[in-house]
Amino acid sequence: MTAGKNKILVKVVEISKVNDLVTRFSFERIDGALFPTFSGGAHIVIEMKDGEINRLNPYSLMSDPMDQSRYSISVRRDDNGRGGSLFMHRKVKLDDEMVISYPVNLFAMDLRASKHLMIAGGIGITPFLAQIKQLGTLQGHFELHYSCRSRALGAYAEALTDHYPNNVHVYFDDQKQTIDLVNLLKGQPLGTHVYICGPKGMIDWVRNTAFEMGWPHETVHHEEFLAPPSGEAFTVNLATSQKTIEVGEQQSLLEAIEAAGIDAPYLCRGGACGQCETRVLKCDGDIQHNDHWLDDEQKVGKTHIMPCVSRFAGRNLVLDR
Amino acid sequence: MSIQFKDETFRGDYTFSNSQWAINRFPFPFHEDSFMYSVNMEQHSGGPEGSVYEKRFDVDEHYLSEMKDRAIVLDEDPLRCQSLPHMNLAGWDLLELIMMSKSEDYPDLFELHRDGTHWRWINRPMGIDDSFVFMDNTTLPYAPMEYITRQAQGDFCVLDQRDDNLWMDAGMVTTQADWSLDFDIGMNFFEWHAPVPRAHEMGIFKRALKFLLAIQQGTPARRLNWTLTVNPLLDTSPENYHKWGIEKASLTPENVGEKQYLRVELQTFFRLPRSNALVFPIRCYLIKFADLVTIPKWGRRLHRVLRDIPDDLATYKGFIANRELLVSYLSQFDDGAETSPGVWPDLHLEK
Repeated sequence: MTAGKNKILVKVVEISKVNDLVTRFSFERIDGALFPTFSGGAHIVIEMKDGEINRLNPYSLMSDPMDQSRYSISVRRDDNGRGGSLFMHRKVKLDDEMVISYPVNLFAMDLRASKHLMIAGGIGITPFLAQIKQLGTLQGHFELHYSCRSRALGAYAEALTDHYPNNVHVYFDDQKQTIDLVNLLKGQPLGTHVYICGPKGMIDWVRNTAFEMGWPHETVHHEEFLAPPSGEAFTVNLATSQKTIEVGEQQSLLEAIEAAGIDAPYLCRGGACGQCETRVLKCDGDIQHNDHWLDDEQKVGKTHIMPCVSRFAGRNLVLDR
Repeated sequence: MSIQFKDETFRGDYTFSNSQWAINRFPFPFHEDSFMYSVNMEQHSGGPEGSVYEKRFDVDEHYLSEMKDRAIVLDEDPLRCQSLPHMNLAGWDLLELIMMSKSEDYPDLFELHRDGTHWRWINRPMGIDDSFVFMDNTTLPYAPMEYITRQAQGDFCVLDQRDDNLWMDAGMVTTQADWSLDFDIGMNFFEWHAPVPRAHEMGIFKRALKFLLAIQQGTPARRLNWTLTVNPLLDTSPENYHKWGIEKASLTPENVGEKQYLRVELQTFFRLPRSNALVFPIRCYLIKFADLVTIPKWGRRLHRVLRDIPDDLATYKGFIANRELLVSYLSQFDDGAETSPGVWPDLHLEK
């Protein structure tokens, strides 16, 4: 089985500007069938045919997991990114056909929790939108603390506070509002699980604070997808497929492997899930490890690489792929 | 073809038997003349027409009798079916998966009618016609997992996925190869596999877990497992070992062909959509040696596998004491001819 290769052909049926940076896209199936239901926190991988480049970017599903008629995502425009979000914002039009993957969940709720404490930063709100809808069906308890830059850029903040006035707390950076994290964590009932989705700094802050306060590791969940960083172009030798490939400045190693027609496994494409882990057979140079998956021994020893986010600089890199 | 359901027993007088149809489609597990553990998983996306791999949940001539046997086991020991409180949603996922699959794959036997959350389920062979509200436990006679697995052949382990591991948090287990749900409930993947020899050292479980954690909706997987059982007994549980363990001592050179069974498990793995749990159906197929050797390739190969298997595996699979007897019986059917690769009978290659 190759992970991530189960596809659905869809049509764009909604493009709505949520604010200056965020746009919502909704999809319906072209074959008229129902979408699979999914679990809150799941993402899909969207294929973008951007000229010569075939991009595959993951986005959290934000729609109601029980609604099988359409899937929705929200995309934040990143003007300095590699171009995936710009493609979505500028090139995708209503009625366009696109290819998406089946849902995959790497940020699932722990259903043993007596209460779900959600902490979101910016566009990190999207997986929680689906989880909150699912908890409505399950009659689960939740509390959301959502931090955004300003009222104008607080995607879905108003709708959330309208719907769930007792569960949702919004903080605006420009008004110097911050989450009182220590007291928030201190006040939670036994059996609470905490979930964090947002910028790296926020994830580290919440996790470190929770662990210092003695929260068990299995009760603290986070999701952080790294965008593959760009960098200098480099050359890689693939031993199994006996090919030499060039990785462009704006391309990831995984994308270059795929562009060479080689079937490689993946799930998250963001350095977190471990699916694309590849053995390094020879390395004369430096691997820029950008993932959360490999342990230090593997990184320092240059024994493995995560092609979705990591890069290489040097004379010769040979991979077992 | 429409299936002729048999009325037979898996205990007491042991009237279980396989028709020629069932013999020919038996999932023979050995693809070569020897056996060692491997991560032998493949996609569960159909198979040759009429084979046990064709449908998502295979229904065969033993369906009604297996369901009767399950009801007897549950009556005597209700702890064979357990579900920790957080697994209720996964139970509904499983009910949906089985009802959808069976009604699509066997439309003459099963029907599912859905109007929003109002569902009607018709199981013709078992004479069931129930209407209920999806996700409302109060509208079914049992909790959802128990309800549907009383109507589906094979054991079902429903595994919660969290902390990069799988947890045995729910299941219906009445046809098991000597393991206990009541003992394993709440254990993680490494804990419940702890008794298996060699595979840990070989790194099999680490690799298998990584594979299972990545199984996605719409892409189920499968593998085969096997052991040996004396008499066609489905419930070879540790709880009842005092009843069936002694049957192993009843084998003689005269009765081995009739009493010794090869027991094969078709294990499948499906991601469940709402709960993100993984369901692990373990479907048990039994065939007596006398029937198995009617496929000449299988007779030759089983002889060679059992003759050469390492002692620790023969001990773990519970037949070390009878090994000589079995090998001596099977040797009559091994003419030394070469066997073709793969598991299929290949009758056309016989002279």
